Formats: sequence, structure tokens, C-alpha cells
Amino acid sequence: MNSLTLSQVTKIYDGVTALDAVGFTVAPGERVALLGHNGAGKSTLMKIILGLIPATAGQIEVLGATPGSQTARDGTAYLPENVAFHPALTGLEQIRLYLRLRGDDPAKAMALLDRVGLGQAARRRIGTYSKGMRQRVGLAQALIGNPRLLVLDEPTSGLDPVSRREFYTILDTLAADGAAILLSSHALTEVEARTDRIVILSQGRLMANDTLAALRQRAALPIRLQVSARPGAADQVAAQLAGGRRNGVMVDLTCAHDEKLNRLGDIAALHGLIEDVEIIPPSLEDLYSHFSRRDEA
Amino acid sequence: MTALVRPVAALGATEFRIALRNRWVTITVAMMALFALVLSAAGSAPTGDVGVDALSVTVASLTSLGVYLVPLMALLMSFDAVAGEMERGTLSLTLTYPVSRGAILLGKFAAHLAVLAIAVGAGYGLAAVAALVADPEAVEGLPALWRLFWSSVLLGAVFLCIGYALSAMARRPGAAAGLAIGVWLAVVVLYDLGLLAAVVADGGGVFTTRALPWLLLANPADAFRLFNLAASEATAAASGLGGAAQTIPAYHALISVLLWPVVAFALAVAALRRVTP
Repeated sequence: MNSLTLSQVTKIYDGVTALDAVGFTVAPGERVALLGHNGAGKSTLMKIILGLIPATAGQIEVLGATPGSQTARDGTAYLPENVAFHPALTGLEQIRLYLRLRGDDPAKAMALLDRVGLGQAARRRIGTYSKGMRQRVGLAQALIGNPRLLVLDEPTSGLDPVSRREFYTILDTLAADGAAILLSSHALTEVEARTDRIVILSQGRLMANDTLAALRQRAALPIRLQVSARPGAADQVAAQLAGGRRNGVMVDLTCAHDEKLNRLGDIAALHGLIEDVEIIPPSLEDLYSHFSRRDEA
Repeated sequence: MTALVRPVAALGATEFRIALRNRWVTITVAMMALFALVLSAAGSAPTGDVGVDALSVTVASLTSLGVYLVPLMALLMSFDAVAGEMERGTLSLTLTYPVSRGAILLGKFAAHLAVLAIAVGAGYGLAAVAALVADPEAVEGLPALWRLFWSSVLLGAVFLCIGYALSAMARRPGAAAGLAIGVWLAVVVLYDLGLLAAVVADGGGVFTTRALPWLLLANPADAFRLFNLAASEATAAASGLGGAAQTIPAYHALISVLLWPVVAFALAVAALRRVTP
């Protein structure tokens, strides 16, 4: 059974369609990234999953129950975007409160804070925390009571690169234990390495729902070859390869996947004129642009 | 503890801790103590002429003070309760926990009401001590003071709930603060002025005899004042609307004083239910 099943989910606010027949699933142990521009409907979709707002139409099943039901709430953890806890409380007091609200033992608070690397600052007021530390408090509360589904809205915004890596390590552990994870992010490079599947929303519609490798294959985006010419030879290189000049020494070429070797052969033939060549495969940014703009009028 | 009480206790304890840290407890206690002492000092002079004990005179002064100060303190404590949590993003988070909206409100309410009770208790307690030191007969005024205490706490409860409702409707702390001050001015200050103007214009006609008592009972602040004045005959002269107080039976005012907190809490829960996080 899937931890989360969405089918034909539609949300209309005052005549504006925020979500249009969105459907996908998240299986236990699966990490799914939800990508989309600001206003694409990511936060709306998450709030519908959490039962905070009702969908206009469609079916949603959270851990086999309806969103917002006792079963769904008991097994689901949420991390809102840019959450700021009360500055007058300490991290420890805040987590103790959330433990008690879940009916759990408040004495577990310190272990949770240790797990997200806040053990040292646990007794300091949240008002003195950095944004990254506040985000860790948010993550600590999301870990309470072994949730079966985690819904994380922009969880790594404001975290430094080291903290991000630690954050994804914690997520990996949770997923390995069978928790389903749905997270939204703007940082595409980190999503690329740390999630199993990518769902792209654009203007409330589902544009893609697949693994990164499958998306790459489907999009069939061109590969970029970046040639560094020797000083003074850039014009000649550009002319011979029919490529575009970028600055004093760089020449940019693009080619389809199956042309790559031929093009590299052409470049190698000019070895007296060039210094180096870089092969740049389509990035997730390129794929994201491709899928999120596909149907735009 | 049952599943219903646990979240309320947890939220209440946290909210009380926040009130302590934000100096709300200190500020309200200091404010009430200061005003109570000033009124005790000012009220002790005419005791001999009126022929009642020092504490009963102080109670009359404290009634007039409490009717302004208690609603103000309650609104100042409550206007941020929902809007502040919406702004910080913690309201939507808390709502994903297995906790009802009523329980969230009840937790905050219990903590804020405790702070108010401490402040009012400290202020009135000081006034009692001051009166007893100056006049041993002040013991006779203690029942009136006790009545003033619990009715002040109930008055505070009404305005706490009105503050929560405003906070839920405004959705932003700044707007909620503006609304709270507006409501305080309208309900506590301007309402009476309007009634006085109407009474003067009416010249003892139908409005004064038929409508005025009900309009006074409909306002929680006026009901509070009427209840405390009607219950203590010595203080009737202290109020501008004292004449009206005599035409309204004390139990009518008591019903209003008891009913308003219930109505206001239901109003606050309804307002919070309408909030879309």
C-alpha cells in the first residue's frame, strides 16, 4: 500500500485553479521531490495532504485514511516553509511541547535535538538562533514518534552546505526505516542526488513524475560541449566547428546525445588550436525548465 | 491524563512560560499594584465623612479602575495569540498535530487568565492590606473585594476571548493590535459616553426607562460595574450611571457577568475555526 495516494486532486480558489487534476503516489521508503516555481501549487498541495485545507475535487489517501483524520495526523509529520518558533522559548522547551502534544514522553526532547545537532544550544532561547538552527528545531519536531509520512516544505532553505548534507543523511535513515518523504525544494542540485523521484508542478498541473534518469531520456535535451581555444585562435575554432563564440577563448557547441562522439572527433582534429574541452550533460535545471515550460502558451 | 486535558495543559504551561519571559506577568502585576496603592492612598481621606469602612471606599475606586484596566490588559495579552502564530508559521504546524482548535485556544486562555488573576489578585490584595492597616473595620469590606476579584477575572476572560476572536479575524498582528485598541475604546469608553448622551437627550423618556438597562447589561464592562455597584450600596454614588444601577436587579448583572465569558469563548472558537492556515 502507498503511504500517499493522490488522484485528480483539484483546488479552485475564487475561480482560480491552483491545482488541476494532480495525481501521484509516494511509497513507503520513497523520497520524492516536489519541484515548481513559486505559486506552482506546491504549498497548496502539501496543505491539502495535511488536511489543513480541503481539496475542491479528487481523492487523497494518507496512510490509508482521509487527510486530517486521527490516523493521518498521528502518522504524518510536517515542516512548514520558513517556520519561526516563539523567540522566548528555548529549543528544548519547544520540542518538549511538541512531544507532549503527540502524547509522547517530553524527556525524549534532548535526544531529538542531539540528533539534529542542536544539543549544545538546546537551553538557549530560539530568539538567539540562526535561521539554520530554527530550521533544525523544525526538523527535530518532524522526527517525533517515527512518522510514516514526512511532508517537508522547503526544508533546506537557510541551511549551509554542511547542514544540508546532515539533513539529507537523517532523511536517508528515515527512508531506510520505511518512512515516505515528500519534500519541496528550489535547490535542484541537492534534490538530484538525494531523492528517488521527481514530480514537477507548473501552474497547478503535473508536468512530470519520474526518476531523474527517465526524465533525462524523455526530454532528450542537447549536450553542451565547451571548447577552450588557444589565445587568438577562438575565431578560427568557432568557424571550423560552426559554434558560437562566448568570450575571448571559449567556443560553445551543442549536440544531441548520439552525435556526441562525432563532435568530439571534430574537436580533437583541431588539437593544435585548442587547450581543453568540457562535456556538460543537461542539468536538472535544464530538465526542470524543459518540463515546467512544455505546455505554456 | 486524558487525551483532551494533556494538550491543553502542555499548551497552557508553555504559554504561561512565554508570558513570564515576555514580562507580561511583571508588567500587569506592577501596573495593578501601583494603581491599587494610589487609589488606597487617595481613598483613605474621606472615610470619616462617608461613614463606611476604608476598604469599601477602595472597592468603589477599584471597580472604576478595573473596568478600564482589566479589559485593556486582557486585550494586550490576547491580540497576538492567533495572528502571531500565523505569522510565525507555527499555527499550521500545530494544527497538523492531533490537537483540536478548541484545545489550542483553551490552553492559551488558561495561561492568560492565570496571569490576569495573579495581577488582579496582587493589586486588590495590596489594596486590602493598605486599608486594613489604616482602618481595622475594613474587614467588613472584604466580601465586596472578593466579589470584585472574581468578577474582574471573569471580565478579563471576556476580553481575552474577544482578543482571540479579533486575532483570528485580523490574521496579522499589527491589524489585530489596532482592532483590539478600537474595541477597547468602543466597548469600554465610548459606549458609556454614548449612553450618557442618549440619556441626556431623552430626558427621562422611554429610552432611559426601557432600553438603557438592557443596553447596560449587554455590555460586559457595564454589567461588571453594575454588579459590583449594586452589590455594595455604599458605592452607588461613585458612578455616573449609578442612578441606572438602582433600577437593575443585581442578579441581572450577575447573569450577564457569568454569561459573557461563555459567549465570548464560543465566539473565539468560531473565529479560530474559520481560519485557513
